[in-house]
Amino acid sequence: MLTLTSPVETWAHRLPAGGKLAALAVVTTALFLVGSPWLLAGAFAGTAFLYLTGGVAFSQAGLRQLWPLWPFVLIVGLWHLWAAEVVQGAAILLRMVSAVALANFVTMTTRLSDMLAVFERLARPLSPILPPRRLALAFALVIRFIPVMLDRMGLIRQSWTARSPRAPRWRVMVPATLAALDDADRVAEALRARGGAG
Amino acid sequence: MERNLTHIALFAALIAVLGLVPKLDLAAGVPITAQSLGIMLCGTVLGARRGALAVLLFLALVAAGLPLLSGGRGGIGVFAGPSVGFLVGFPVAAFVAGWVMERTTLSPAVAATAASVIGGIGVLYVFGIVGMALVLGKTLSEAAFLSFAFLPGDAVKAVIAGLVTQSLARMRPASLLSRA
Repeated sequence: MLTLTSPVETWAHRLPAGGKLAALAVVTTALFLVGSPWLLAGAFAGTAFLYLTGGVAFSQAGLRQLWPLWPFVLIVGLWHLWAAEVVQGAAILLRMVSAVALANFVTMTTRLSDMLAVFERLARPLSPILPPRRLALAFALVIRFIPVMLDRMGLIRQSWTARSPRAPRWRVMVPATLAALDDADRVAEALRARGGAG
Repeated sequence: MERNLTHIALFAALIAVLGLVPKLDLAAGVPITAQSLGIMLCGTVLGARRGALAVLLFLALVAAGLPLLSGGRGGIGVFAGPSVGFLVGFPVAAFVAGWVMERTTLSPAVAATAASVIGGIGVLYVFGIVGMALVLGKTLSEAAFLSFAFLPGDAVKAVIAGLVTQSLARMRPASLLSRA
């Protein structure tokens, strides 16, 4: 499966994932505390500069990641134009786009395995109720079973259309959920046979 | 122990798969994705605790950088955007749906539909609306107005969650862990 990590190597790929996440938490909190539109515009310009240090292809990939925000930008923009509070609307939009873009930057420059390793480290205080090995196994199981279930969803849909002139719609949900429950039982047996989930 | 773990993991995968299924496949004419249906099913099938853990596991993988949210979104950025409230509300919604399912003796279809409406719509929208109000700098009523565009789709999904849960209860009564 494809992850959101950028294949374009930037300097930020070499920074430790934990440090990037901590910096992101600090900056995002600061963004939501700052009210001045000028400071927010500065933050926005800084974010754009950060992307440009990764090169043009990297920045274009970053822009594509921001695309799902457009309905919100449109609604808030029109709303504040209509209410004649242009400065206030600009502050809200600059804050939102900068916060999302900075978080995307961390995701784009961190490998999935590094990010999961940070999560497992953060979960260590919970180890009496959630052993680290079990958490790692859960991550691996989900990642492995997504393509398996996608394939099966396709098979269920095909066998439906082979028998019925109508589209399957929600009815595929029953066999898909049932198969997930059966798989869960079988994988549990297989794990127990191999010494348990730790 | 292993059974709990595998059920949680496989339902997390199911939520992801439902987000990747193309729109318009589930019901004619209503542009909905099935992802929140997965959240509802986690609660009504797995029960409160396991359902909420499955959703948390799914969200952890989204945050780690897998594009598993409907529309291929993912990464930490989605937790800074306007739909953050809905994401935070997902595990709570599954928990409440499971809790309702565990505490009633109604027939599975009625109980699961009610549980999905209470958890997957009522509780989820409270979180979603607060999150949207904070990120977009709007009042709660303005944010509520923006969120209600999704209400018809979610009502359809609550009914589907009820039908699917009922079918599972009929075909394999033991598989309904929320009633075990």
